[in-house]
Amino acid sequence: MRRTLLESLTSRPLTEPPPATDDAALAELAASVERAARRRLGRSLAIRQVDAGSCNGCELEIHALNNAFYDLERFGLRFVASPRHADVLLVTGPVTRNMRQALERTYNATPDPKWVVAVGHCAADGGIFAGSYAVAGGVGAVVPVDLHIAGCPPTPLQLLQGLLALLAGASEDDRRLSRGGS
Amino acid sequence: MPPLIDIIPHGERVEGHRPWPRLIVTADEWRHVAREIAAGRATLFGLWGDSGAVPTVHMAIIADTTGEIVVISLACPARKFPSVGALHPPAIRLERAIHSLYGLTPVGAPDVRPWLDLGFWDVQHPLGVRQPAPAEPPAYAFLPVEGESLHQIPVGPVHAGIIEPGHFRFTAGGETVARLEQRLGYVHKGIESLMTGATIEQAARLAARTSGDSTVAYGIAFAQAVEAALAIEAPPRAKYLRALMAELERLANHFGDIGAICNDASFALMHAHCSILREQVLRAADACFGHRLMMDRVVPGGVADDLRPGGLTLLRNTLQHIRARFPRLVELYDNTASLQDRTVATGVVTAELARQFGAAGYVGRASGRDFDTRRTPGYAPYDQLDFAVPVLTAGDVNARVWIRIREVEQSLKMIDRILAHLPDGPIASALDGGNGGNGEGLGLAEGFRGDVLAWVRLKDLHVARCHLRDPSWSQWPLLEIAVEGNIVADFPLCNKSFNCSYSGHDL
Repeated sequence: MRRTLLESLTSRPLTEPPPATDDAALAELAASVERAARRRLGRSLAIRQVDAGSCNGCELEIHALNNAFYDLERFGLRFVASPRHADVLLVTGPVTRNMRQALERTYNATPDPKWVVAVGHCAADGGIFAGSYAVAGGVGAVVPVDLHIAGCPPTPLQLLQGLLALLAGASEDDRRLSRGGS
Repeated sequence: MPPLIDIIPHGERVEGHRPWPRLIVTADEWRHVAREIAAGRATLFGLWGDSGAVPTVHMAIIADTTGEIVVISLACPARKFPSVGALHPPAIRLERAIHSLYGLTPVGAPDVRPWLDLGFWDVQHPLGVRQPAPAEPPAYAFLPVEGESLHQIPVGPVHAGIIEPGHFRFTAGGETVARLEQRLGYVHKGIESLMTGATIEQAARLAARTSGDSTVAYGIAFAQAVEAALAIEAPPRAKYLRALMAELERLANHFGDIGAICNDASFALMHAHCSILREQVLRAADACFGHRLMMDRVVPGGVADDLRPGGLTLLRNTLQHIRARFPRLVELYDNTASLQDRTVATGVVTAELARQFGAAGYVGRASGRDFDTRRTPGYAPYDQLDFAVPVLTAGDVNARVWIRIREVEQSLKMIDRILAHLPDGPIASALDGGNGGNGEGLGLAEGFRGDVLAWVRLKDLHVARCHLRDPSWSQWPLLEIAVEGNIVADFPLCNKSFNCSYSGHDL
């Protein structure tokens, strides 16, 4: 263990630098995170993830946000265990009828101000599962949604760009960025 | 185990069911097979319902040592069938699900509570004769608890991490778990209903989204079922590419799991380093096949796209990097006494239970069940890949970690062989056999967590009926047993060492 830890001190970190010199988008977003997040809620946003029926693909890519390459926490974004600690609900999946009540309760347990981000094609409108007897619809059919991040699943970079865009939108007091709305 | 031919009755064989036989049996013959399974002379491999002209139940059984499979079918015009669960506990939840979805009653079943139906749908028996659901669904009768100094801890469906939803009801005496009762079904999407009447292409997309971490395995199982039904074969190059994708999927998941299991014992260093290896595998998969998880890359008939040359270079570099880094992480796992203290002797599944439940994948192999569908019954190209199947006997969290470690080593070898012997040629066959787009097929694939079974009936190149059986059906019940006697704080460790699928199970 000591050797592994010592290596981490002396070797180059894997974390991909924001901004990368040849990635203007990431540079622009990285700067805007600091302005937006600080203005709205100090320096960080707490995220509560809710799987409302996904196939688990979206969860895998959300997990990747915490790896050394994407390192979500350096932007002041972190995941929390309870909706009562959260600023953002990150919701995946078509909302199954079996998860509808749990999603509503989680939303109600999240104190204001809060934002809801619907992740993936299924969360937008039920996706490939729309029309099933077991599916209520997209996340917007159950709780108000502030932002949709498209993908099947969205890549970690697409997730990151979406979360940072949310912050930019939130700082302008514009809570309805998505076509879904409430 | 005796050959299946000794156990299976001489039922009427169904034409056009491939590659293994399907037999129509009588109720007495069904009961006979149930007794044989209960006595350990065959393994229950699947149990599902069917609507159609006459409601029917199907049971797949397998002989572990030979890989011989038979499907038996019993017509249920009176909407009931003899319960297999009455004799063989592994069948209990499968029958509860059949009743909830199809309205077919398992006569004599010890547990008649609904399964997958949580009372939130508008209908009952959605895949059978639909009835309107009652306005007030009855409360679920959790198992009763008696005893002094016991308390209950309900967990979920929403769980504390980035994870799928399910309900776990713990009964604990102090810190020690006296019982865990699961209640699943929260992510049931009605996939089998959506499959009915779908085109093969649409059904393949549904199959690929049944359990996202096993999208390649599900793709292969479904594709093999369709190909069997149509009596066609994917070309050799496609089979090799499918195996490459499958082994990349296995590597990515095993790295993720090994790290996450250690993380659940608060050893974040392993998790950080294993996550790096997982990310590198996903980037290589993306470079090779155009999607990090390789979703929709396996299609009935073959694969969707060929291996990209730029991807091959990144893949080789990634494999080299893994070979350099992974042994040191294994050493770290093995030499950290405080971590070993958590994983050794925790969450034990006995060999007898693993055998009885036909425990799939690393859960079975960590408890002495020497079974891997890549070897038995086997499918191309694994017969050409010369690999070992690791088996341990301790059945604890540590053993389930070591099986994954050994499987990583085997997958690396297999990928080398695949790349060395990748045949040239087309990457897909046309979906037209000599039978007009009709037929029935059963497909298998060894996903990272175990055997995925796909059963399909095709009519005019559309899906008339498709059943997908996730390996987790044979693993979830064993988790309830494994956690008994352990402290509550060891549950995440046990749970992650199983890493069962919620979405694959719930369908």
